[in-house]
Amino acid sequence: MALDTAPKGWRSFARYSMLTIVALFILFPVYTTVIAALKPGNKVLDNPLLPNAFTLDVLKNAWTEGRLGRYLMNTTVVALIITSVQLVTSIASAYAFSFLKFPLKRLVFGIFLSTLLVPLEVTLVINRRTIDSLGWLNSFQGLTVPFIATAFGTFLLRQVFMQIPPDLREAAQMDGLGHWGFMKEVAIPLVRPTLGALGLFSFLASWNQYLWPSLITTEDDMNTVQTGLRHLASSDLDKPNLIMAGTIIAAVPILIVLVVFQKQLVRGLTAGAVKG
Amino acid sequence: MAIKSRRLREIPLAFAMLGPSLLVLLTFVLYPLGKAVWLGQQTCDVQGKNCKSVGWGQYTNVIKSDQFQHALWVTVKFAMITVPIGLVLGVGLAVLADKQLRGMRFFRTIFSSTIATSVAVASLMWLFLLQPSVGVLANLSWLHNIFPVIKEPGLLNDSGTALWSVGISSIWANLGFTFILVTAGLQSVPKEMHESAYVDGAGGWMRFTNVTLPLISPTLLFTTVVLTSRAFQAYGEMDLLTNGGPIPQDSTTTVTYLIYGSSSIIKNNDGLQAAVAVLLFVILLALSALQFRGFGKRVHYGS
Repeated sequence: MALDTAPKGWRSFARYSMLTIVALFILFPVYTTVIAALKPGNKVLDNPLLPNAFTLDVLKNAWTEGRLGRYLMNTTVVALIITSVQLVTSIASAYAFSFLKFPLKRLVFGIFLSTLLVPLEVTLVINRRTIDSLGWLNSFQGLTVPFIATAFGTFLLRQVFMQIPPDLREAAQMDGLGHWGFMKEVAIPLVRPTLGALGLFSFLASWNQYLWPSLITTEDDMNTVQTGLRHLASSDLDKPNLIMAGTIIAAVPILIVLVVFQKQLVRGLTAGAVKG
Repeated sequence: MAIKSRRLREIPLAFAMLGPSLLVLLTFVLYPLGKAVWLGQQTCDVQGKNCKSVGWGQYTNVIKSDQFQHALWVTVKFAMITVPIGLVLGVGLAVLADKQLRGMRFFRTIFSSTIATSVAVASLMWLFLLQPSVGVLANLSWLHNIFPVIKEPGLLNDSGTALWSVGISSIWANLGFTFILVTAGLQSVPKEMHESAYVDGAGGWMRFTNVTLPLISPTLLFTTVVLTSRAFQAYGEMDLLTNGGPIPQDSTTTVTYLIYGSSSIIKNNDGLQAAVAVLLFVILLALSALQFRGFGKRVHYGS
């Protein structure tokens, strides 16, 4: 700022011009999507860069005929189940690793650790067979149960729990505070910010899942937003405005979530990156 | 004495707290890995039932097969397109927006915005741009007069441009993520470092390469690792934009698409799918080990 020697006005003009050009490039696909979704079918293809007609009917159609309403409901249920159960199982296992004494602790910890090395894409071939043999194809159990525990969440929370001095736990015990009380009064308040970031991330990850639901969903009633869009795109390619309207309906909830939870997002993303 | 008894006394509680997680992780992460290794040397009927062992040679057969080698090559090309370009663009955007100017929050929001798109949302937006009959570019006559490939056969249907087109859609979708990470990295660089370099007479580019880049190298390493593993696991883009095609070259059939794709040649062969999945696992493990080792020497973690 004070260090820059070149004429200030010219410099910031150049920067603003660059910023604007780049921003326009990034927003271009969003722009074409939005104006297509707001055009009636007969106007979509003439002049695809200009908003030369306006209707909300296509958005309504996508919601009802395109069944986006149904898909959104399915996805919300799936994402909320996965997120809430994941938080509970992560707190429980992180607490056990941090404050409980039991035999084979290192072995169990090693098992948790090793699961971090296994990418989703490797296990789904077999998980599809497992879910099939449990009779859980096209069901909420199939969409959620494989993801309700995570070693990642366990480690993240354990990291924070380990900052609690062992003396504090000892002292609490002297005062007659059992594990349940200690967890409620000391441990959970301490990890609340981390829980926010973890919760947001599991919500986003489960909301955005694509491969897994497309493997175990064959009935349209069980489609999530992501696989529902796929269904829409394959059956209505001659109605691009309908597909684009569906795309917008699918994107808006996440946009809202991200705006509301901006802080948690940046905190969570940078937790692993900046500290190295 | 007291400690010993506590170790035993807390077993039921530990079991209750760890049991559910352990059950899920064993059933849906570790068992499938082991089972995939075993299934990889078997052959099953089209329903995936009645599997019989055909020998571990099935793995070497897969490795030697043209289809696997082709898919691996496509995957490597896809990573070589998306990772460096995505990283350079992300760093460029972050540097551009790393100034306390009026309205910068607005630009930062736009640059981060693609993080809100799922793979399906991003891919369909790009499908609508690139599709040769109903797509935006194909309906701009001045544009497809200059580049006829946009309409005939279409950027997604031409074996020369398909992978690049999918790559651009993927770069766009990941840009918000990269931008947010690099911006956070830049903000952690102490201002005094820049000032002392400035006093020493270092110009803008010198300060960027000698001060900024080394200091954000942990962030760059992390971002590179994540982008590379995303590239190796990319599936939705191919499924929605190209279906692994265009055929017969299968120009966008990556390893992940080869396993799960609806028009993959092994889609009805659980044994081969498992074998390729196991090979993908080995590749990803080797890749992350390699990245941490190769980068480790050059990454500056500060003191």
